[in-house]
Amino acid sequence: MRFIPALALAAAVLLAGAGSAAAQEVVESLRGKAAITDTSRTDVMFRPEKEQEPIPRNFQKQPPLIPHSIKGYNITQNFNKCMDCHSRERAEETGATKVAKSHYLDREDKKLTNISPRRYFCMQCHVPQFDAKPLVENTYKPAARKGE
Amino acid sequence: MMSLQKITPAWIKRIGLVTVIGLFLAGVVFWGGFNWALESTNTEEFCISCHEMKENVFKEYQSTVHYTNRTGVRATCPDCHVPKEWGPKMIRKIQASNEVWHKLLGTIDTPEKFNAKRAQLAQNEWKRMKANDSQECRNCHRYDYMDFTEQGNRAAKKHPQAFAEGMTCIDCHKGIAHQLPAIDQHIGKQNEGAVEISHGEKPAEKATVEEKK
Repeated sequence: MRFIPALALAAAVLLAGAGSAAAQEVVESLRGKAAITDTSRTDVMFRPEKEQEPIPRNFQKQPPLIPHSIKGYNITQNFNKCMDCHSRERAEETGATKVAKSHYLDREDKKLTNISPRRYFCMQCHVPQFDAKPLVENTYKPAARKGE
Repeated sequence: MMSLQKITPAWIKRIGLVTVIGLFLAGVVFWGGFNWALESTNTEEFCISCHEMKENVFKEYQSTVHYTNRTGVRATCPDCHVPKEWGPKMIRKIQASNEVWHKLLGTIDTPEKFNAKRAQLAQNEWKRMKANDSQECRNCHRYDYMDFTEQGNRAAKKHPQAFAEGMTCIDCHKGIAHQLPAIDQHIGKQNEGAVEISHGEKPAEKATVEEKK
């Protein structure tokens, strides 16, 4: 009679073990199906593109993409690397695209004498361009331009 | 032996050959020791043995291309901040005694103090590199060895133009290994009245920071 509880316990342990093993097979973490002891296989590392022709804008007033590498370009309180070339003062000499007039407006569309502080962080809107294939099919058509 | 006696100069005879050899060896040991001691102050390890360097500029430099890059070639502190030639190196090392003095005074012993002095420190280094035509950059990056076709469009366009105008590396490449001090870029109230950087078009940096207090 005494061996019955022991047997039941052993069975329970076995079952639980099998259950957790089954669960392990199902669960897939962000690193994929690789076992915890293996190195996960990643796809080719993402590489930002270097210099290239600017990709045309998709719609009016779209913030243009950045057609060059911005590796190591920092925007800090002390210094805005983008503005080193793109500011009104520097653009002519550097041949960079000048900051658009829209950047000199506050949010009530009132003209300011200099770039609006809300435009300080360039990469909130402008991102480096990349020939990324759409993840899902996209039928987007821009609205007609004025006068079209 | 007779011939050797004849050609031996009188002053050697006077002090004795053994003394001469002894002096020569002492010279070798002294000179070797001097160079060894000097070179041991010319290592990254030595530079970051001061927390002023380790906690500020060294940390900033670690995320830049001169520390970590594809090919595993690294430029350490002395590669950029100490000239390789003997004469300029001696001059720089003697100037560095001022830095030892300020280490003892604790002039920049907190990040706050360091940042307060950053504009002055940066301008000192820019001035030095402007004066020696960016000597330390050119130890590796030679203008006449550059293949412009391998460079990006912007670099390929600007480099020949800049070199033709007699500009030097530091004119444009400021803040590439360490963070810049506050710079007045004329883009609004941001950093108004702070240091202005020229891009080689003006002869020297406008020093807006007081030199000494």
